[in-house]
Amino acid sequence: MTEWTRTARVLRRAGFGASGAEIDAATSQGLDRWLDTALADAPEPTYPTITVIPPPADKASTAERQKYRQALADQGRLLLEWWLGRMLSSRTPVAERLTFGWHDHWATSISKVRFAAAMLAQQRTFRRTGLGSFTTMAKAMVVDPALMVYLDAQQNTKAAPNENLARELMELFTLGVGGGYTETDVKEAARALTGWRITDAGAVFEPKRHDDGVKNLLGVTGRLDAASAVDAILAAPAHPGFLATRWWRQLASPDAPPPDTLTRLTTAYGAGRDVRALVRALLVDPAFDRATGSVVQNPIEWVVGSMRTLKVATTEQSIRLALGTLRSLGQVPLQPPNVSGWPRGQAWLSTASAQTRVRAAQQLVKNADLTPVANASAAARTDALAHLLGLDHFTQRTLTALQTAKGNPAALAAIALVSPDYQVV
Amino acid sequence: MRAPYDPRLPLDGLTRRTFLACSGVAGASAVLAGAAGCTWQDVTRQASENPLPASTPVLVIVTLYGGNDGLNTVVPYDDPAYTAARPGLAYRADEVLQLDGSFGLNPGLQGWHQLWQDQKLAIVRGVGYPKPDRSHFASMDIWQTASPGTPTTSGWLGRWLDAHKDPDPLLALSIGPTLPVLAVGEKRTAAALSIKEPAALPMESVIALLGKSDPADTRAAGEVAASFAALGRVRDDVVDHLDEVPLHDEVAGDQSLLGQLQVVAKCILLGAPARAYSVSLGGFDTHGGEKATQTAQLRTLDQAIAAFRTALASSPRASDVVIMCYSEFGRRVKGNASEGTDHGTAGDLFLIGDRVKPGFHGDAPSLTDLVDGDLKSTTDFRSVYSEVVQKVLSGDPTQVIGKAPAQLGVLR
Repeated sequence: MTEWTRTARVLRRAGFGASGAEIDAATSQGLDRWLDTALADAPEPTYPTITVIPPPADKASTAERQKYRQALADQGRLLLEWWLGRMLSSRTPVAERLTFGWHDHWATSISKVRFAAAMLAQQRTFRRTGLGSFTTMAKAMVVDPALMVYLDAQQNTKAAPNENLARELMELFTLGVGGGYTETDVKEAARALTGWRITDAGAVFEPKRHDDGVKNLLGVTGRLDAASAVDAILAAPAHPGFLATRWWRQLASPDAPPPDTLTRLTTAYGAGRDVRALVRALLVDPAFDRATGSVVQNPIEWVVGSMRTLKVATTEQSIRLALGTLRSLGQVPLQPPNVSGWPRGQAWLSTASAQTRVRAAQQLVKNADLTPVANASAAARTDALAHLLGLDHFTQRTLTALQTAKGNPAALAAIALVSPDYQVV
Repeated sequence: MRAPYDPRLPLDGLTRRTFLACSGVAGASAVLAGAAGCTWQDVTRQASENPLPASTPVLVIVTLYGGNDGLNTVVPYDDPAYTAARPGLAYRADEVLQLDGSFGLNPGLQGWHQLWQDQKLAIVRGVGYPKPDRSHFASMDIWQTASPGTPTTSGWLGRWLDAHKDPDPLLALSIGPTLPVLAVGEKRTAAALSIKEPAALPMESVIALLGKSDPADTRAAGEVAASFAALGRVRDDVVDHLDEVPLHDEVAGDQSLLGQLQVVAKCILLGAPARAYSVSLGGFDTHGGEKATQTAQLRTLDQAIAAFRTALASSPRASDVVIMCYSEFGRRVKGNASEGTDHGTAGDLFLIGDRVKPGFHGDAPSLTDLVDGDLKSTTDFRSVYSEVVQKVLSGDPTQVIGKAPAQLGVLR
């Protein structure tokens, strides 16, 4: 494997796709230095203005209620288009990809939450804590209003605990099924998480609603609250391997990491639960290179990556095209199907999705910058196209399919985008 | 409002595989339509070449994902412990559809109430398994592999297929693009029938070329190519055959339970060789605002089954069909503070058809003698499966289910 090919995979997986020119630059810069920049704290984006809309009064008319619902829906669309616009045009695509990874990890859907303001607050938490200590993130997330609404935790009280958040916290967010916790731990964690109520200003702790009794959670005994319950859970032996494996599957491969890789990842993650070190270790691991070609790009990776790589200008129209395609493919940001996030890999391969990708590719090449292909001689066009898309070369099968385009750059690009060669990374 | 758990949308690979890896099971989740997909053309061809002999029993498995609350489905409204445990969540005597003076059906189940009166509905109460697991993912795997003690690589219907002499690939059909674990055996799987109607196909010749495999393909790249190859096949097929048996007007695709069951009805009417069908409905994870959500889901279930029975009504095969509905667990006896319920243990299993012995089976679990606030299961689900395998699927229960508790006599 050449250094260029290796670098290409890191760039394509760590961000949203990468063009040949970007890979050339990163290769000559050296992967280590490229990673220093890519994993540095990204500047905070300019967030959209989303204010809390006062809910209609109890006596409100049907029309007023309708107006309120419409206003909430408008805010949801604003946030969605803003985020998709960031993914498509941000100069720090790695930060965007990792933010999306956290969204998939702490899967929360606006379809149930309804309040874009809460979803935006969650975004800020992902961006603020996403490359720091996972401890900080987890403590913020257990009192994150959007996640609390999604998992019914807003009414988790001393008198009647609601276990949903406590269970998924361990099963899906920190330890995994079989992660060494019991039903008693679920109940104890639910008790520790009681007392938080959601207000317009965020989650507020109300001592009266909190169960301040002694709990025994995963071997830790004490008057645990939300933060100390998180400490107890993250100290469980299953946690580092679970989180490392989860990110491995996000970025590297659908298969579990080999044991020596897992050891390297958890070592990098370390006592400080350092996500930046974990992600870096993952991208430079030899097993990451060996997993080349194992990942089928999910719809967001494929749509956003293709549009970025082909320099499709980010406009209202291109955002709508991306969004329409993502709706047909069944992966809309802010709307994961359930609390375990989106499926991975081959689950996205259906005949319907193959067809949608073909249509979308034909649309998006219309606004693509295909200069490197158009400027190449007829004989060199497929090579130029492969390079543009961050590929070493095309397979014979894809070259045969490309011949039907008779050198037309847009037709060539459309075929290449849907080819198996490009769809897997 | 959708409940956060609905795995009919494809399951998260990680969670599922983490579980499978922990339990020593690998690969059971990996089966997709690419490998097991079949088309209408296959169904119509097999229906003419190897039609199901008349009077052969047919099983329709309806999986309810999310953990259906048994206590608010078959409501013990007369039990003071029920009302006491569930303020704001309990149904009153005048709200339920009366069964026997102590129990009533959820108001969403009007069609089932008629089935009860017509002696077509069997209700098995307190169904569960030893050492209940309250994780959706783990518990559903236990139900679908029918192996609570030791994790297994195969689903129970898959094992029935493994043991079956008829090599017909359409012996079991799952409706929708992905196969549930229950339908995956060691050697064979059910076929996945997905019938979304594709519109005209762009770049047709290119798609055929991209559908070819290449020696340099990784496994993933090969699967992408296979999806293109399948696209070509499915399209020819659906356009040719979709109109042969009219679908229900409301069927937009194969996502809705109504749509899935209309497809099943169509297969049965065509004489497809399938002995078993698998369909599903999600949305039963009612941690909050349970009454409205659950009633709506049960009404969806009720109406889909009513439409299915109507579609079959004029066929002699109607009396051969046994419908079985189950969920991965019931819910906690005590309501939570969100007017919902948390994950629990035992629930109800339902059987519908002319071949069932109608009425109640198994004991209703006590609402006061609880373990950690949860019902004690009175019936092991494997005893029902064992009977279903033997009497509906004509299989050997020991081979398929293993050593199961004694059968209850839920089928004629």
